[in-house]
Amino acid sequence: MHELSIALSILEGAAEEVERQGGGRVYAIHLKLGSLSGVAKDALIFSYKLASEGTPFEESRLVIDEVPVVVFCPECRAERRLSSIQQFCCAVCGTPTPDVVRGRELEIAGLEMDV
Amino acid sequence: MTAQPRIVEVRQKVLRRNDVLAGELRDRFREAGVYVVSLVSSPGSGKTAFLEKILTMMGRQARIAALVGDLATDNDAVRLARAGVPVRQIVTGTVCHLDAVMVQSALEGWKLAELDYLFIENVGNLVCPSSYDLGENLRVVLMSVTEGEDKPLKYPTIFNGADIAVVTKIDIAAAVEFDWNAARANIQAVRPEMEIFRVSARSGEGLTEWLASVESRRAAKNRPG
Repeated sequence: MHELSIALSILEGAAEEVERQGGGRVYAIHLKLGSLSGVAKDALIFSYKLASEGTPFEESRLVIDEVPVVVFCPECRAERRLSSIQQFCCAVCGTPTPDVVRGRELEIAGLEMDV
Repeated sequence: MTAQPRIVEVRQKVLRRNDVLAGELRDRFREAGVYVVSLVSSPGSGKTAFLEKILTMMGRQARIAALVGDLATDNDAVRLARAGVPVRQIVTGTVCHLDAVMVQSALEGWKLAELDYLFIENVGNLVCPSSYDLGENLRVVLMSVTEGEDKPLKYPTIFNGADIAVVTKIDIAAAVEFDWNAARANIQAVRPEMEIFRVSARSGEGLTEWLASVESRRAAKNRPG
C-alpha cells in the first residue's frame, strides 16, 4: 500500500502549483489515474483525506478521472481499448500486443481554485 | 459576489521528481558503462536465493555489486555478501518499495565506472514497486511455482511493466503440481512476447540461460549506434 506516499506527492505538486499561481484556495484536485498506474483509486481517496488533514487542502476534494488501457493493434493498425486488464490483446481482432498507448497515467490534470 | 472557482490546467506527473531522478541515474549508469538489473516479486518467491547464485556464478568473470531493499533487517545483504561481491542493504522502514532517491543514496561512494553490473533487489511486493522507476536497464519479475499459475492475472501491472519473467523453484514444480503451460499463457496474456525463464537456485537449472540472456542484452546496449 503506497497510496499514502502518492497522496503526499499529489499535495506537494499541488502546493507548488498554488505558489506559482500566487496563492488561492483550492476546492479540488483533478487527477488522471491509469488502470496500469499501480495505484488503487479507493485507497488513494482514503489516503488523500488523511494526508490533507491539517493542511490548506483539508477541505479540498480529489477528483479522479480513470484512464482505461489503450493498446496499439499491429494488425488493425489502430488504437484499441483493452476489454480486460488480464488480456493484452486487440478487442476487435484478438491479436496480442504489448504496445501500451495509454493507461499508465498518474498525473495532476488541474486544480479547481480561486485565482 | 465571490468569484467562481476556475480550473487551472496543471498536467504534471505525480511522481515527476522520482522520474527525473531515475532518468539522471540512468544517464549516470550509461556513462559509467554499468548495466543495471532490478528484481521484483512477492515476498518469499526466492529473489535472494536466485541473486545469491547469480552473483556467485558471475563473480569470477564480471565486476558486480548489489543493492537489496527490505522493510527491516540486513539479513539479505549478509546472505548476498557471501558471494564475495560488494552489497549494500537499503532498509526502508515502513516503506513498501524502493524509489530513485533510496537508490541514489545507497550508491554514495561507489565507483560505478568500476562495475559491469549492478543488481537491485526490490522489497518483496508485487504492487507498489510498479509505480517507481529506479533508473534500471532491465526489470525482472519473479514468481515461484508455489504461488499459483494465476499470479500474473492477479498482478497484471507489475508483470506488464517488467522486461523479463523468471519462474523460480522449478525443481519442486512436480510436487506442487505446477502447470507450466498455464503460467506461461498467463504471463503472456498480461505481457505479450515477454521472455520467460524457468530456474532453480537449488539445482542451478536455467541460471546459465538467464545469465546469457542478460549478458547479450547488456552487449546490445553497449554496441555503438
